[in-house]
Amino acid sequence: MAAADLIPVNIVTGFLGSGKTTLLQRLLASPELAGTAVLVNELGEVALDHLLLRRVDETTVVLPSGCVCCAIRDDLGAAIRDLYGKREQGTVPSFDRLAIETTGLADPAPIIFTLMAEPVLRHHFRLGNIVTTVDAVNGGLHLAQHPESVKQVAVADLLVLTKTDLAGRARAEALRTACRRLNPAAPILESAVDTIGPDQLFTGDLADPSDRWEDARRWLGVEVETTAPREASPARDVNRHGRDIYAFSATFDRPLDWTAFGIWLTMLLHAHGENVLRVKGILQVIGMPTPVVNLVHPPVHLDGWATADHRTRLVFIVRKLPRQVIERSLSAFNRLATGGERPA
Amino acid sequence: MFGAEAHWTDAAGQDTGSGDPASGRTRRQARLYRVALANKVLKHYGLTLADWDGTYFVLANRTGRSEIVDHLAAVWPVAERMAGRACDPLDPALIAAVERE
Repeated sequence: MAAADLIPVNIVTGFLGSGKTTLLQRLLASPELAGTAVLVNELGEVALDHLLLRRVDETTVVLPSGCVCCAIRDDLGAAIRDLYGKREQGTVPSFDRLAIETTGLADPAPIIFTLMAEPVLRHHFRLGNIVTTVDAVNGGLHLAQHPESVKQVAVADLLVLTKTDLAGRARAEALRTACRRLNPAAPILESAVDTIGPDQLFTGDLADPSDRWEDARRWLGVEVETTAPREASPARDVNRHGRDIYAFSATFDRPLDWTAFGIWLTMLLHAHGENVLRVKGILQVIGMPTPVVNLVHPPVHLDGWATADHRTRLVFIVRKLPRQVIERSLSAFNRLATGGERPA
Repeated sequence: MFGAEAHWTDAAGQDTGSGDPASGRTRRQARLYRVALANKVLKHYGLTLADWDGTYFVLANRTGRSEIVDHLAAVWPVAERMAGRACDPLDPALIAAVERE
């Protein structure tokens, strides 16, 4: 099935108290959310009573916009399958997008893995933008003390700074800088300033047929290079979780061999999955006339190159792993195939 | 079905299980190419991979012990167990060995 036929899944994550629920409440009240199903932790938390159109069962309600809102009881995979079943049976309005709210302490990686690993899910759904809320008042503290918070920022396609009106400009700017260092390519919106609707948050990912290049440009057009970690972080370094993580982009002049790349990436994820937060890029694959996009799950084929530069560009967000070794290793694996190459 | 699970490494993103349109290889040729490349890495650990009937892969060590694996991503944890050491693409010794291939 082509990526365009799959239902995009947006993940809304953010640390405890970072304004995730407030953002969702605002979105759920929007008529633009018609055609979207939303999985939340607690129906009670998002206070939908005044919006309710009808209750399907104890976990599922339909809002006046036609948006389906459903509580995740225990298992996310089961909740998605159940919702998809109701869509097929017609007991809830058909939806063409799914948004999932994570718990505040959630490491988003297992949620992404659930989507990509379960055969039933990956045949009907694909990962869309990941939106992370960061509280401008306490976000710096969360990043310093909670590795989950760092991961949430690092995996985001879009960051929403909340409570900037309470934090003051200096603190908000400091947090913006910290977020940029962890994730240099994700645009940052401010909930107190920007108009944030479903369009701003959820559309425009790599596989979105209407807008697929926007995300690629954002990722690959910026100068993605943050500071690599020092060899030994002091034990009392309050910001140690953030300092370990950095991003870099590697460019390769000649095409990649898909098989060699697959061997290398599966091996890297096996050995260092915990420390590879994101791999994303445009690949020029041997024998393929059009670019391929990979995000550590089934790749997406684009219609053509947006620029004259057809080189493979990969963005890595990693914890502690040395850039030079990653580049040298991938180049060595690629040279196992005929016509290998070296980083530019 | 065991062995039938497609993986994103199976073809150049087409996920069709019918071969590799990128290279023009048939499904069987694509599998054999995958096995050949993987073996260039696995020999560093004293292991070999073989295609079994186009359905599974069989990973074996020098003592003749073998295990069935479904797809490429599943090779590494099994290889690590059979080799008794970490299979890490960032290991300088492995990179040097692969560069000598």
